[in-house]
Amino acid sequence: MSDDAGTIAPPEAGGNGAPGGLPVTSFDSPHLRPYAKNPRRAETIIALFLLAGLAGFAAYGALYWVGGQPQWEGVFFGGGLFAFGFGLSAWGKYLLPQGPFVEERHTLASTEPEVQSMAAAIGDRGKMVFRRRGFLGSILGAGAGVMGIVLAFPLLRSLGPQPKKSLDTTNWRAESRVVDLDGKPVHAADLEVGGALTVFPEGFAGSAVDQTMLIRASDRAITTLPAGRETWSPKGYLAYSKLCTHAGCPVGLYEENLQRLLCPCHQSLFDVLTGGNPVFGPAPRPLPQLPLTIDSQGFLRAQAGYDQAVGPGFWERS
Amino acid sequence: MSPARPRHGARRRPTTRQDPIVAGVRWLDERLGVAKGGRVLLDKIFPDHWSFLLGEIALYSFVVLVATGIFLSLYFVPSANELVYHGIYAPLRGSKVSAAYASTVNLSFGVRSGLVIRQMHHWAADVFVGAIAVHMCRIFFTGAFRKPRELNWMVGVTLLTLALANGFIGYSLPDDLVSGTGLRIMFSIVLSIPIVGSYLATFLFGGNFPGDGSIIPRLFIIHVLVLPLIILGLIAAHLGLLVHQKHTQFAGHGRTEHNVVGSPMYPTFIAKTTGFLFVITGVLWALGGLAQINPIWQFGQYEPYKISYAVQPDWYMGWLDGALRIMWPWSWTFLGHTIPFVVLLPAVVFPGLCFTLFYAWPFIEAKLTGDTMEHNLLDRPRDKPRRTAIGAAFLAFFFTLFAASSTDVLANFFHVSLNEVLWFFRIAVIVIPIIVGVFTYYLCREMSGVPGIGRRKRAVVIVRSATGEYESVPSEPRPGDGAEELLPSPVPVHIEIPEDEGDGDGRLEPVEAGGSGVRRVPRRP
Repeated sequence: MSDDAGTIAPPEAGGNGAPGGLPVTSFDSPHLRPYAKNPRRAETIIALFLLAGLAGFAAYGALYWVGGQPQWEGVFFGGGLFAFGFGLSAWGKYLLPQGPFVEERHTLASTEPEVQSMAAAIGDRGKMVFRRRGFLGSILGAGAGVMGIVLAFPLLRSLGPQPKKSLDTTNWRAESRVVDLDGKPVHAADLEVGGALTVFPEGFAGSAVDQTMLIRASDRAITTLPAGRETWSPKGYLAYSKLCTHAGCPVGLYEENLQRLLCPCHQSLFDVLTGGNPVFGPAPRPLPQLPLTIDSQGFLRAQAGYDQAVGPGFWERS
Repeated sequence: MSPARPRHGARRRPTTRQDPIVAGVRWLDERLGVAKGGRVLLDKIFPDHWSFLLGEIALYSFVVLVATGIFLSLYFVPSANELVYHGIYAPLRGSKVSAAYASTVNLSFGVRSGLVIRQMHHWAADVFVGAIAVHMCRIFFTGAFRKPRELNWMVGVTLLTLALANGFIGYSLPDDLVSGTGLRIMFSIVLSIPIVGSYLATFLFGGNFPGDGSIIPRLFIIHVLVLPLIILGLIAAHLGLLVHQKHTQFAGHGRTEHNVVGSPMYPTFIAKTTGFLFVITGVLWALGGLAQINPIWQFGQYEPYKISYAVQPDWYMGWLDGALRIMWPWSWTFLGHTIPFVVLLPAVVFPGLCFTLFYAWPFIEAKLTGDTMEHNLLDRPRDKPRRTAIGAAFLAFFFTLFAASSTDVLANFFHVSLNEVLWFFRIAVIVIPIIVGVFTYYLCREMSGVPGIGRRKRAVVIVRSATGEYESVPSEPRPGDGAEELLPSPVPVHIEIPEDEGDGDGRLEPVEAGGSGVRRVPRRP
């Protein structure tokens, strides 16, 4: 920088002193001139903007009076505020003094002795506090620590129950009847091949943790499931937990052609015919499968509950 | 004030004891001692540059958020209690909805200007976070975070995190299908934290998701009281530090490390910035009226077993959503415990690292460059190729993650498989920042080597003479092209106001060049 404080122009003064010894600046000083080349014209334009703002406010008031309408409310009051603000800003920019004006910075840092004094005030007096009083200090520290921990009880622990087994278990049990959202039991003849339905255990319709995708992938038992699940898909009915193993969104999109289930949140894709294996996306585990059976009246029931925790992963999950 | 200020003649400006302004100032001063400090405040200099408006946009969006938020809180019922809807929105009548959802629909349709103000609130939140982010980029790329302003940078980073958090929480309050899905994901994110995650999650929600209905009133009080108070306090600290340390400025005519050049707080800056407050409010109001946002009556009440397609959070959560989407499906099970890295890394560790890096950046850079000097003059980004390249690479990284939050929409739009889009982003998120960083580095190096760069070039006018010859003549000088400018002067205190011609319009014809100092030259012949 070639410029420094020494080149700052002296104030263009009118030659008169004032109270406090500060100079009086002439109204004609170039620093006080407006930015606008033609202030008359600027004034006219600014006046028009302010008037437009005023008109917008009035129009909004009238509109409100007759019942209001969101779009016009936006146009009138939003437009009014914009014009009003634009006029005011333009007034500041084009008609008010632009300088350039300057103020000096003051050094933030103190002198070295002042720094030393402050440090000594803290350090020396601090040493006085704890000198030969280490025991008191320890009690003070321990007390503050215990106070902090104890405060977490009401502030955090009171908020809700411990997780206990709520994350690991569902309300599906052996013999649970499969019902739809309205609580109506699902009959083996209810779904066409290619059909899908969100189901719950009887008595828990709408329950978040129990939600299960019932899919009829075929009209006979599915043979491509992992070993041990030969009896889980009577008449081609398959049931998977609807909670994505990634972040817990409902895996709600059944793509019949591909026999895939898609989670719309983060695009995890699960293969229906091979046991809900994730074939794509961020889901790290297969969807838990619910073993199904058909009772003597033809209604779907669970052979057993889920054999693992449903939904996303967590520390206690084994 | 300049110590070299010359003193002038003894004639005093006539002041009368009856002057009401003098009387008012004296009354206040005798009680609060405001005269000296008050005048310094009125004289405070605000440097002019368009990029200094970005922080003001954030500030005024916050003003709008508070004002519209108070309005909304008069009607919103923060409760998950189920009721049968009987309100003004006919298609919903008879449905079972939560009180939160019903009251949000009612205040949109049953309260005059309610919809406009609710949408304005949402738009203001989006603009608030955006303005903070862009303002932060300005601070970063111009080096305004350097000593002595590291602490204010950290206050700003805290404000960004709180703005993100409060935006997300506010978005969750109406209990609609989209926001409920967001809460479901948030539950899973908390759940993914090792050892304490499942406890924290069930404490916060009052049980396994969706909990016992206490999450909405809890989020409400955090959204309208706790976080706004902290944000308000931090904004006060942010501005207080700004006044105490004074503004940074770009180098230029008469500007040094030891002064601030610009226009004074009163009246110039006050007029401009108040106008700007109205402009921001006007834009947000117009958006609230004209641009639909978050139409929860189309999404429907949240039910945990429902989901809709193309669910996306507000834009400022996009980078986290994108990170969740493209993460490798990695989960680790050992000794009967599971660490779901697939959620933990992108949604907990990654943002934690990002913000730690933001907090630490001023100190990291000082360490790397060995620069421990105080800086009040701003850098031009091109003059600091390494910092600019790092910043640009980071921006590219975040933009790529943001784009990755739309994998499904992009796959549909371009008719490519979702699989290919996913793999593209897994690679792009590494490659694009590197390309952008290297390109930016060399671009900056090239630019800073060009003489006269950044200054507006003096145009030439080609004139044809009567004899048919052509001649180039320099055009009239324009502001900013390095033509003569006034040297900065201290803000005048006493001004001789002429009695007769108060508005002063008679003396405002352009001043010719060559005088004691010409500040304005005609822009047009």
